[in-house]
Amino acid sequence: MLAHLPVLVVLAPLLAAPVLAMMRGSNAPWLLATLVSWLSLGFSILLLMQVNDGGQISYAMGGWAPPWGIEYRIDFTNALLLVLITGLASVVLPYARLSVDHEIGPQRAPMFYAALMLLTLGLCGMAATGDAFNVFVFLEISSLATYSLIAMGRDRRALTASFTYLIMGTIGATFYLIGVGFLYVMTGTLNMADLAERLPELSDSSTVRTAFAMIVTGICLKLALFPLHLWLPNAYTYAPSAVTAMVAATATKVAVYLLIRFIYVVFGAEFSFSEEPLAEVLIPLAVIGLLSASTVSITQPDIKRMLAYSSVAQIGYIVLGLAMGTVAGLTAALLHMFNHGLMKGALFMALGAVAYRFGGTGIENMRGLARTMPLTFWAFVIGGLSLIGVPLTVGFISKWYLIVAAVELGWWPIVVVILAGSMLAVVYIGRVIEAGVFQAPADPTRREAPWGLLIPLWILVIANVWLGIDTRLTVDIAEAAAAQLMAGGGFR
Amino acid sequence: MSGLGIWNYVIIVLLMMTGLYMVISANNLVKKLIGLNVFQTSVFFLYISFGYIVDGAGPVLNDGATAYANPLTHVLILTAIVVGVATTAVGLALTVRIKESFGSIEEDDLHKMDSSI
Repeated sequence: MLAHLPVLVVLAPLLAAPVLAMMRGSNAPWLLATLVSWLSLGFSILLLMQVNDGGQISYAMGGWAPPWGIEYRIDFTNALLLVLITGLASVVLPYARLSVDHEIGPQRAPMFYAALMLLTLGLCGMAATGDAFNVFVFLEISSLATYSLIAMGRDRRALTASFTYLIMGTIGATFYLIGVGFLYVMTGTLNMADLAERLPELSDSSTVRTAFAMIVTGICLKLALFPLHLWLPNAYTYAPSAVTAMVAATATKVAVYLLIRFIYVVFGAEFSFSEEPLAEVLIPLAVIGLLSASTVSITQPDIKRMLAYSSVAQIGYIVLGLAMGTVAGLTAALLHMFNHGLMKGALFMALGAVAYRFGGTGIENMRGLARTMPLTFWAFVIGGLSLIGVPLTVGFISKWYLIVAAVELGWWPIVVVILAGSMLAVVYIGRVIEAGVFQAPADPTRREAPWGLLIPLWILVIANVWLGIDTRLTVDIAEAAAAQLMAGGGFR
Repeated sequence: MSGLGIWNYVIIVLLMMTGLYMVISANNLVKKLIGLNVFQTSVFFLYISFGYIVDGAGPVLNDGATAYANPLTHVLILTAIVVGVATTAVGLALTVRIKESFGSIEEDDLHKMDSSI
């Protein structure tokens, strides 16, 4: 069974989804979905340990040898990502029970869990596969699941948000498809390792250059890089709380992973950075996105929307790291990919608990929260401090590595930008803390969220602090992954 | 480039741009979805054209044939068509629900209603 782990991670949620869709009630589907997500998490942790022991794992789907068959290829980068996806699913699902009953209703609950499993399956598949076309299929599976999950939001604007995302997401995926087609026509292969081997000698070809542009643009639409982020704020704001926590923490991160995989492995760092002006395009966009989205989030009256804009800004940090083209920059990008998943998951779950009690996430609901919902409030504060990058939280670790990477290149203006972004985060998180601590609540009775919401939330908050103090796990893996990717993923 | 020639690709690009323009410019959500379909279909044609070989027979073994078209692009597009159908279905389902809760599927009206809440 251990030999089949790469496919089991994907298979477990795939098999659970149709069963869930046929179930009735809300407790049994919830239990099944939770158990399956824990099972997947177990598989991903085993995979990470296997990679740690024996290097990369190559799995031939259905016994068809690569490059003819579809290959699943697990190295440090995607093993780490699989742990993030399944780990978040394992925390969000226990949380979802109360939240879903409250926001969606028990009637539609089985479909909700089925869609959430399909989302997990799509994300895991994108991470695990080593086949460029297979990525497209999983991308669309996860996207379709996300569209339907977002549309389950209570506000009717969830429907228009979902529709906008559907249009932009499909355009992005189709751009990716065009790019993969061009690569296939030039090389006759879809296997990423095989592509990486054949592309260097074709680097003069304008078809390969077009393919590069198409793929990078398509993926940037999915990861919401400024100015392609227009779908994101509404989608995150109006989606049900559990969905926002899951999607914000994982979906854009998988797109980041794809971008890294294509830039560093399939096309190779040399092609991407010396022959194509990738850094010159991505870094200005990342910087503008980082500063503008942080500024916009300061003025948002709805805290969920504020955090959505903050997500666009955080994507700026990640893209900044990966566009540096150095091992240090890539390490920082991978670290922030993982750590941002942890902090945004925690923050959105805390907001979900506020919405559970007060029915909304506007700044007016935050007044006096330190007195009425202390546990939820302090979870939010710790998540917020992590977002700012205060020492002893994961946010500090990734920002530290990002600054070190920028200093290493002598890019002092970039260092200033990173620090300015943190200052802006102080302002927008500070607003919530100010309202929570210093303003009087409308009704001072204590109305703490139920334990069913608090326990999963605090597990993530503790992970934020734990991995901020004990950095061995994440930093070692991110460094090993970055070294592996820089060497062409060990493919060449 | 004989056989189908470069015109095949010219038409594909025209279709692609027409579809993309429709998605951007159309005000009606159903028209947007039609545009999206045209855009996706042009990519299907692109793949099928990639697989074409001059004088190649369809990818089924037969005696008279010396060359065969590449079957892999066909298979890929079969998958992509399924994905496209699913996307259209979800898009139309969303449109129906938007019509039910907003009473309109014109983007201008939706924007006005959104900002008035």
